[in-house]
Amino acid sequence: MKRIDLIKNPLSKDNPITVQVLGICSCLAVTAQLKPAVVMALSVTVVVALSNLIISLMRNTIPPRIRIIVQLVVVSTLVILVNQILMAFVYDVSKQLSVYVGLIITNCIVMGRLEAFAMSHGPVDSLLDGIGNGLGYGIILVILGFVRELFGRGTLWGYPIFEKLGLYNIGYENNGFIIMAPMALILVGIIIWIQRRNCEKS
Amino acid sequence: MEYFNIFVKSIFIDNMIFAFFLGMCSYLAVSKTVKTSLGLGVAVTFVLLITVPVNYLIDKYLLQPGALAWVNPKLADVDLSFLSLILFIAVIAAIVQMVEMIVEKFSPSLYNALGIFLPLIAVNCAVLGGSLFMQQRAYANVGEVTCFALGSGIGWLLAIVGIAAIREKLRYSAIPPAMKGVGITFIITGLMGIAFMSFMGIKI
Repeated sequence: MKRIDLIKNPLSKDNPITVQVLGICSCLAVTAQLKPAVVMALSVTVVVALSNLIISLMRNTIPPRIRIIVQLVVVSTLVILVNQILMAFVYDVSKQLSVYVGLIITNCIVMGRLEAFAMSHGPVDSLLDGIGNGLGYGIILVILGFVRELFGRGTLWGYPIFEKLGLYNIGYENNGFIIMAPMALILVGIIIWIQRRNCEKS
Repeated sequence: MEYFNIFVKSIFIDNMIFAFFLGMCSYLAVSKTVKTSLGLGVAVTFVLLITVPVNYLIDKYLLQPGALAWVNPKLADVDLSFLSLILFIAVIAAIVQMVEMIVEKFSPSLYNALGIFLPLIAVNCAVLGGSLFMQQRAYANVGEVTCFALGSGIGWLLAIVGIAAIREKLRYSAIPPAMKGVGITFIITGLMGIAFMSFMGIKI
Protein backbone atom coordinates (compact mmCIF):
# COMPACT_ATOMS: atom_id res chain seq x y z
CA MET A 1 0.00 0.00 0.00
CA LYS A 2 1.28 3.46 -0.88
CA ARG A 3 1.93 5.85 1.97
CA ILE A 4 -0.31 8.54 0.55
CA ASP A 5 -3.23 6.09 0.78
CA LEU A 6 -2.68 5.84 4.54
CA ILE A 7 -3.73 9.47 4.80
CA LYS A 8 -6.22 9.56 1.94
CA ASN A 9 -8.34 6.48 2.63
CA PRO A 10 -9.59 7.43 6.11
CA LEU A 11 -10.83 10.74 4.71
CA SER A 12 -13.43 9.11 2.49
CA LYS A 13 -13.93 5.42 1.82
CA ASP A 14 -12.47 4.16 5.10
CA ASN A 15 -13.69 6.98 7.34
CA PRO A 16 -13.47 6.11 11.05
CA ILE A 17 -16.90 7.55 11.86
CA THR A 18 -19.15 6.81 8.93
CA VAL A 19 -17.63 3.51 7.75
CA GLN A 20 -15.83 1.95 10.71
CA VAL A 21 -18.36 3.46 13.18
CA LEU A 22 -15.77 4.25 15.85
CA GLY A 23 -15.54 7.20 18.20
CA ILE A 24 -19.14 8.29 17.95
CA CYS A 25 -19.59 9.56 21.51
CA SER A 26 -17.38 12.62 21.33
CA CYS A 27 -18.23 13.34 17.70
CA LEU A 28 -21.85 14.03 18.66
CA ALA A 29 -21.37 15.82 21.94
CA VAL A 30 -18.85 18.50 21.01
CA THR A 31 -20.24 19.64 17.67
CA ALA A 32 -22.87 22.16 18.72
CA GLN A 33 -20.39 24.88 17.71
CA LEU A 34 -17.50 25.03 15.28
CA LYS A 35 -14.72 26.09 17.64
CA PRO A 36 -14.90 23.21 20.15
CA ALA A 37 -15.31 20.82 17.23
CA VAL A 38 -12.06 22.00 15.64
CA VAL A 39 -10.19 21.91 18.95
CA MET A 40 -11.48 18.40 19.63
CA ALA A 41 -10.53 17.25 16.13
CA LEU A 42 -6.98 18.55 16.58
CA SER A 43 -6.63 16.97 20.04
CA VAL A 44 -7.79 13.57 18.78
CA THR A 45 -5.47 13.77 15.75
CA VAL A 46 -2.50 14.52 17.99
CA VAL A 47 -3.35 11.72 20.41
CA VAL A 48 -3.99 9.11 17.69
CA ALA A 49 -0.84 10.01 15.73
CA LEU A 50 1.51 10.10 18.73
CA SER A 51 0.10 7.00 20.43
CA ASN A 52 0.30 5.10 17.14
CA LEU A 53 3.94 6.18 16.82
CA ILE A 54 4.88 5.27 20.41
CA ILE A 55 3.12 1.90 20.42
CA SER A 56 4.59 1.07 17.03
CA LEU A 57 8.10 1.78 18.36
CA MET A 58 7.43 -0.43 21.39
CA ARG A 59 5.47 -3.13 19.57
CA ASN A 60 8.18 -5.79 19.70
CA THR A 61 8.81 -5.39 23.43
CA ILE A 62 5.20 -5.35 24.68
CA PRO A 63 4.12 -8.75 26.05
CA PRO A 64 0.86 -9.58 24.23
CA ARG A 65 -1.02 -10.51 27.42
CA ILE A 66 -0.80 -7.05 28.98
CA ARG A 67 -0.87 -4.98 25.81
CA ILE A 68 -4.24 -3.36 26.57
CA ILE A 69 -2.94 -1.96 29.86
CA VAL A 70 0.25 -0.70 28.20
CA GLN A 71 -1.79 0.96 25.45
CA LEU A 72 -4.12 2.54 28.00
CA VAL A 73 -1.19 3.96 29.97
CA VAL A 74 0.41 5.47 26.86
CA VAL A 75 -2.87 6.93 25.65
CA SER A 76 -3.91 8.34 29.00
CA THR A 77 -0.50 9.99 29.47
CA LEU A 78 -0.90 11.71 26.10
CA VAL A 79 -4.47 12.73 26.94
CA ILE A 80 -3.36 14.25 30.25
CA LEU A 81 -0.77 16.29 28.34
CA VAL A 82 -3.38 17.47 25.83
CA ASN A 83 -5.80 18.29 28.64
CA GLN A 84 -3.23 20.38 30.51
CA ILE A 85 -2.24 22.23 27.32
CA LEU A 86 -5.88 23.01 26.52
CA MET A 87 -6.49 24.26 30.06
CA ALA A 88 -3.42 26.48 29.81
CA PHE A 89 -4.05 28.07 26.42
CA VAL A 90 -7.78 27.85 25.56
CA TYR A 91 -9.46 27.65 28.95
CA ASP A 92 -12.99 28.55 27.75
CA VAL A 93 -13.00 25.81 25.10
CA SER A 94 -11.63 23.28 27.57
CA LYS A 95 -14.53 24.14 29.91
CA GLN A 96 -17.00 23.58 27.05
CA LEU A 97 -15.46 20.24 26.14
CA SER A 98 -15.66 19.23 29.85
CA VAL A 99 -15.33 15.46 30.27
CA TYR A 100 -15.00 14.72 26.57
CA VAL A 101 -11.27 15.50 26.52
CA GLY A 102 -10.73 12.84 29.17
CA LEU A 103 -12.92 10.48 27.20
CA ILE A 104 -10.41 10.50 24.31
CA ILE A 105 -8.76 7.69 26.34
CA THR A 106 -11.70 5.40 25.67
CA ASN A 107 -12.32 6.77 22.20
CA CYS A 108 -12.61 3.66 20.08
CA ILE A 109 -10.64 5.23 17.22
CA VAL A 110 -7.50 5.39 19.35
CA MET A 111 -7.69 1.83 20.67
CA GLY A 112 -8.94 0.53 17.33
CA ARG A 113 -6.01 1.97 15.36
CA LEU A 114 -3.50 0.78 17.96
CA GLU A 115 -4.82 -2.77 17.84
CA ALA A 116 -5.47 -2.93 14.10
CA PHE A 117 -2.50 -1.00 12.75
CA ALA A 118 0.26 0.12 15.10
CA MET A 119 0.84 -3.34 16.61
CA SER A 120 1.80 -4.72 13.20
CA HIS A 121 3.36 -1.84 11.22
CA GLY A 122 6.47 0.32 11.31
CA PRO A 123 6.63 3.72 13.04
CA VAL A 124 6.43 5.94 9.93
CA ASP A 125 3.41 4.12 8.51
CA SER A 126 1.73 4.15 11.93
CA LEU A 127 2.28 7.88 12.34
CA LEU A 128 0.75 8.54 8.91
CA ASP A 129 -2.15 6.19 9.62
CA GLY A 130 -2.78 8.01 12.91
CA ILE A 131 -2.78 11.41 11.21
CA GLY A 132 -5.07 10.11 8.46
CA ASN A 133 -7.61 8.67 10.86
CA GLY A 134 -7.48 11.73 13.08
CA LEU A 135 -8.21 13.92 10.07
CA GLY A 136 -10.96 11.58 8.85
CA TYR A 137 -12.58 11.95 12.28
CA GLY A 138 -11.93 15.69 12.22
CA ILE A 139 -13.57 16.25 8.84
CA ILE A 140 -16.88 14.84 10.06
CA LEU A 141 -16.63 16.91 13.25
CA VAL A 142 -16.03 20.07 11.25
CA ILE A 143 -18.96 19.35 8.90
CA LEU A 144 -21.28 18.74 11.87
CA GLY A 145 -20.01 21.77 13.77
CA PHE A 146 -20.40 23.96 10.68
CA VAL A 147 -23.98 22.89 9.95
CA ARG A 148 -25.12 22.94 13.56
CA GLU A 149 -23.63 26.33 14.43
CA LEU A 150 -24.69 28.00 11.18
CA PHE A 151 -28.31 26.90 11.27
CA GLY A 152 -28.68 26.61 15.03
CA ARG A 153 -27.25 29.96 16.05
CA GLY A 154 -26.71 31.83 12.79
CA THR A 155 -23.03 32.29 13.62
CA LEU A 156 -19.71 30.80 12.48
CA TRP A 157 -16.77 30.70 14.90
CA GLY A 158 -18.79 33.19 16.98
CA TYR A 159 -19.15 35.62 14.03
CA PRO A 160 -22.84 36.56 13.51
CA ILE A 161 -22.97 35.73 9.82
CA PHE A 162 -26.75 35.62 9.31
CA GLU A 163 -27.21 38.91 11.15
CA LYS A 164 -24.71 40.62 8.84
CA LEU A 165 -26.46 39.19 5.82
CA GLY A 166 -29.69 40.71 7.11
CA LEU A 167 -31.61 37.42 7.06
CA TYR A 168 -33.44 38.19 10.31
CA ASN A 169 -34.98 41.30 8.76
CA ILE A 170 -36.75 39.23 6.11
CA GLY A 171 -38.27 36.85 8.65
CA TYR A 172 -35.59 34.13 9.08
CA GLU A 173 -35.40 32.47 12.49
CA ASN A 174 -32.73 30.25 14.00
CA ASN A 175 -33.56 26.55 14.17
CA GLY A 176 -32.84 26.01 17.87
CA PHE A 177 -33.67 22.33 17.53
CA ILE A 178 -30.51 21.60 15.57
CA ILE A 179 -28.30 22.44 18.58
CA MET A 180 -30.10 19.82 20.67
CA ALA A 181 -28.39 16.48 21.22
CA PRO A 182 -30.72 14.22 19.17
CA MET A 183 -30.37 16.27 15.99
CA ALA A 184 -26.64 15.44 15.92
CA LEU A 185 -27.51 11.75 15.67
CA ILE A 186 -29.95 12.37 12.85
CA LEU A 187 -27.38 14.49 10.97
CA VAL A 188 -24.75 11.74 11.26
CA GLY A 189 -27.34 9.27 9.97
CA ILE A 190 -27.89 11.47 6.94
CA ILE A 191 -24.14 11.86 6.31
CA ILE A 192 -23.74 8.07 6.42
CA TRP A 193 -26.63 7.72 3.99
CA ILE A 194 -25.12 10.18 1.48
CA GLN A 195 -21.67 8.65 1.75
CA ARG A 196 -22.83 5.09 1.24
CA ARG A 197 -24.81 6.15 -1.81
CA ASN A 198 -21.67 7.72 -3.28
CA CYS A 199 -19.54 4.68 -2.50
CA GLU A 200 -22.05 2.35 -4.12
CA LYS A 201 -22.07 4.40 -7.31
CA SER A 202 -18.30 4.57 -7.72
CA MET B 1 -35.53 11.86 49.14
CA GLU B 2 -32.34 13.37 47.72
CA TYR B 3 -31.06 9.88 46.84
CA PHE B 4 -34.23 8.96 44.97
CA ASN B 5 -34.09 12.26 43.14
CA ILE B 6 -30.55 11.65 41.86
CA PHE B 7 -31.46 8.09 40.91
CA VAL B 8 -34.46 9.05 38.77
CA LYS B 9 -32.68 12.05 37.31
CA SER B 10 -29.74 9.99 36.10
CA ILE B 11 -32.03 7.38 34.51
CA PHE B 12 -34.28 9.69 32.52
CA ILE B 13 -33.03 13.27 32.36
CA ASP B 14 -29.26 12.79 32.28
CA ASN B 15 -29.49 9.56 30.33
CA MET B 16 -25.97 8.42 29.36
CA ILE B 17 -26.89 7.71 25.76
CA PHE B 18 -29.57 10.22 24.83
CA ALA B 19 -28.19 13.23 26.69
CA PHE B 20 -24.41 12.63 26.61
CA PHE B 21 -23.85 10.00 23.88
CA LEU B 22 -21.61 7.89 26.09
CA GLY B 23 -20.97 4.26 25.25
CA MET B 24 -22.24 4.68 21.69
CA CYS B 25 -19.72 2.27 20.17
CA SER B 26 -20.88 -0.81 22.03
CA TYR B 27 -24.45 0.51 21.91
CA LEU B 28 -24.34 0.40 18.11
CA ALA B 29 -22.31 -2.80 17.82
CA VAL B 30 -24.11 -5.06 20.30
CA SER B 31 -27.74 -3.96 19.93
CA LYS B 32 -28.72 -6.53 17.31
CA THR B 33 -30.79 -8.77 19.60
CA VAL B 34 -32.58 -8.07 22.87
CA LYS B 35 -30.93 -10.96 24.69
CA THR B 36 -27.29 -9.97 24.16
CA SER B 37 -28.01 -6.29 24.73
CA LEU B 38 -29.67 -7.15 28.06
CA GLY B 39 -26.50 -9.03 29.03
CA LEU B 40 -24.27 -6.10 28.12
CA GLY B 41 -26.58 -3.65 29.87
CA VAL B 42 -26.49 -5.64 33.11
CA ALA B 43 -22.70 -5.91 32.90
CA VAL B 44 -22.29 -2.14 32.37
CA THR B 45 -24.63 -1.36 35.29
CA PHE B 46 -22.69 -3.74 37.50
CA VAL B 47 -19.29 -2.27 36.59
CA LEU B 48 -20.53 1.31 36.97
CA LEU B 49 -21.98 0.46 40.37
CA ILE B 50 -18.56 -0.74 41.58
CA THR B 51 -16.12 1.60 39.82
CA VAL B 52 -17.80 4.97 40.35
CA PRO B 53 -17.92 4.80 44.19
CA VAL B 54 -14.34 3.45 44.28
CA ASN B 55 -13.14 6.28 42.07
CA TYR B 56 -15.08 8.72 44.24
CA LEU B 57 -13.17 7.57 47.31
CA ILE B 58 -9.85 7.75 45.43
CA ASP B 59 -10.68 11.24 44.23
CA LYS B 60 -11.76 12.40 47.68
CA TYR B 61 -8.92 10.92 49.72
CA LEU B 62 -5.98 11.01 47.28
CA LEU B 63 -6.36 13.38 44.37
CA GLN B 64 -8.28 16.55 45.22
CA PRO B 65 -6.37 19.63 46.37
CA GLY B 66 -5.71 19.13 50.07
CA ALA B 67 -7.07 15.57 50.04
CA LEU B 68 -3.84 14.11 51.39
CA ALA B 69 -4.15 16.07 54.66
CA TRP B 70 -5.36 12.89 56.45
CA VAL B 71 -1.93 11.30 55.84
CA ASN B 72 0.10 14.18 57.13
CA PRO B 73 -0.84 17.85 57.67
CA LYS B 74 2.29 18.81 55.70
CA LEU B 75 0.72 17.38 52.54
CA ALA B 76 -2.33 19.66 52.76
CA ASP B 77 -1.37 21.77 49.76
CA VAL B 78 -0.61 18.88 47.40
CA ASP B 79 -2.87 18.81 44.33
CA LEU B 80 -2.79 15.56 42.38
CA SER B 81 -5.97 16.11 40.37
CA PHE B 82 -4.07 16.05 37.06
CA LEU B 83 -3.48 12.33 37.69
CA SER B 84 -7.20 11.56 37.87
CA LEU B 85 -7.57 10.36 34.26
CA ILE B 86 -4.79 7.79 34.41
CA LEU B 87 -5.79 6.59 37.88
CA PHE B 88 -9.48 6.26 36.98
CA ILE B 89 -8.80 4.21 33.87
CA ALA B 90 -6.34 2.02 35.78
CA VAL B 91 -8.94 1.39 38.50
CA ILE B 92 -11.59 0.58 35.89
CA ALA B 93 -9.33 -1.81 33.98
CA ALA B 94 -8.25 -3.53 37.20
CA ILE B 95 -11.78 -3.85 38.58
CA VAL B 96 -13.15 -5.19 35.31
CA GLN B 97 -10.40 -7.81 35.28
CA MET B 98 -11.12 -8.69 38.92
CA VAL B 99 -14.88 -8.89 38.42
CA GLU B 100 -14.26 -11.20 35.49
CA MET B 101 -12.13 -13.56 37.58
CA ILE B 102 -14.50 -13.52 40.57
CA VAL B 103 -17.57 -14.19 38.44
CA GLU B 104 -15.76 -16.99 36.63
CA LYS B 105 -14.85 -18.64 39.93
CA PHE B 106 -18.15 -18.38 41.77
CA SER B 107 -20.83 -18.36 39.11
CA PRO B 108 -19.86 -20.04 35.84
CA SER B 109 -23.39 -19.64 34.46
CA LEU B 110 -23.32 -15.87 34.96
CA TYR B 111 -19.80 -15.86 33.51
CA ASN B 112 -21.00 -17.60 30.38
CA ALA B 113 -23.77 -15.04 30.02
CA LEU B 114 -21.63 -11.96 30.68
CA GLY B 115 -18.16 -13.29 29.90
CA ILE B 116 -17.71 -12.05 26.37
CA PHE B 117 -18.89 -8.54 27.28
CA LEU B 118 -16.70 -7.91 30.31
CA PRO B 119 -13.43 -7.13 28.47
CA LEU B 120 -15.37 -4.75 26.20
CA ILE B 121 -16.51 -2.73 29.17
CA ALA B 122 -13.05 -1.57 30.24
CA VAL B 123 -12.94 0.68 27.18
CA ASN B 124 -16.62 1.65 27.24
CA CYS B 125 -16.94 5.43 27.37
CA ALA B 126 -19.99 5.19 29.63
CA VAL B 127 -17.93 3.69 32.46
CA LEU B 128 -15.09 6.25 32.36
CA GLY B 129 -17.69 8.95 31.66
CA GLY B 130 -19.55 7.97 34.84
CA SER B 131 -16.40 8.55 36.88
CA LEU B 132 -15.61 11.85 35.17
CA PHE B 133 -19.15 13.19 35.63
CA MET B 134 -19.01 12.13 39.27
CA GLN B 135 -15.84 14.22 39.64
CA GLN B 136 -17.32 17.19 37.79
CA ARG B 137 -20.68 17.32 39.60
CA ALA B 138 -19.15 17.12 43.10
CA TYR B 139 -21.62 14.82 44.86
CA ALA B 140 -21.80 15.14 48.62
CA ASN B 141 -21.23 11.56 49.82
CA VAL B 142 -20.84 7.94 48.79
CA GLY B 143 -24.60 7.30 48.98
CA GLU B 144 -25.38 9.93 46.36
CA VAL B 145 -22.58 8.67 44.12
CA THR B 146 -23.89 5.12 44.34
CA CYS B 147 -27.40 6.27 43.39
CA PHE B 148 -25.97 8.19 40.45
CA ALA B 149 -23.95 5.16 39.28
CA LEU B 150 -26.93 2.78 39.57
CA GLY B 151 -29.22 5.24 37.81
CA SER B 152 -26.86 5.86 34.90
CA GLY B 153 -26.34 2.13 34.47
CA ILE B 154 -30.08 1.45 34.39
CA GLY B 155 -30.58 4.35 31.97
CA TRP B 156 -27.98 2.84 29.64
CA LEU B 157 -29.62 -0.59 29.98
CA LEU B 158 -33.04 0.85 29.09
CA ALA B 159 -31.65 2.60 26.04
CA ILE B 160 -29.80 -0.40 24.63
CA VAL B 161 -32.69 -2.83 25.24
CA GLY B 162 -35.09 -0.37 23.62
CA ILE B 163 -33.02 0.06 20.47
CA ALA B 164 -32.41 -3.70 20.23
CA ALA B 165 -36.16 -4.35 20.35
CA ILE B 166 -36.72 -1.81 17.57
CA ARG B 167 -33.87 -3.23 15.47
CA GLU B 168 -35.33 -6.74 15.74
CA LYS B 169 -38.55 -5.43 14.17
CA LEU B 170 -36.68 -3.33 11.59
CA ARG B 171 -35.50 -6.44 9.79
CA TYR B 172 -38.95 -6.68 8.22
CA SER B 173 -39.19 -3.06 7.06
CA ALA B 174 -38.31 -1.60 3.68
CA ILE B 175 -35.32 0.68 4.28
CA PRO B 176 -33.27 2.31 1.47
CA PRO B 177 -30.27 -0.01 0.94
CA ALA B 178 -27.66 2.66 1.69
CA MET B 179 -29.45 3.45 4.94
CA LYS B 180 -29.57 -0.12 6.27
CA GLY B 181 -27.71 -1.01 9.45
CA VAL B 182 -25.85 1.90 10.99
CA GLY B 183 -27.58 4.77 9.21
CA ILE B 184 -31.10 3.93 10.29
CA THR B 185 -29.91 3.08 13.82
CA PHE B 186 -28.52 6.60 14.18
CA ILE B 187 -31.79 8.17 13.09
CA ILE B 188 -33.87 5.97 15.39
CA THR B 189 -31.57 6.80 18.30
CA GLY B 190 -32.11 10.46 17.48
CA LEU B 191 -35.88 10.00 17.55
CA MET B 192 -35.67 8.12 20.86
CA GLY B 193 -33.53 10.98 22.18
CA ILE B 194 -36.25 13.46 21.23
CA ALA B 195 -38.76 11.34 23.15
CA PHE B 196 -36.48 11.31 26.19
CA MET B 197 -36.16 15.09 25.98
CA SER B 198 -39.74 15.33 27.17
CA PHE B 199 -38.53 14.35 30.66
CA MET B 200 -36.32 17.41 30.76
CA GLY B 201 -38.55 19.88 32.58
CA ILE B 202 -39.60 17.44 35.29
CA LYS B 203 -38.70 18.38 38.87
CA ILE B 204 -38.99 15.71 41.51
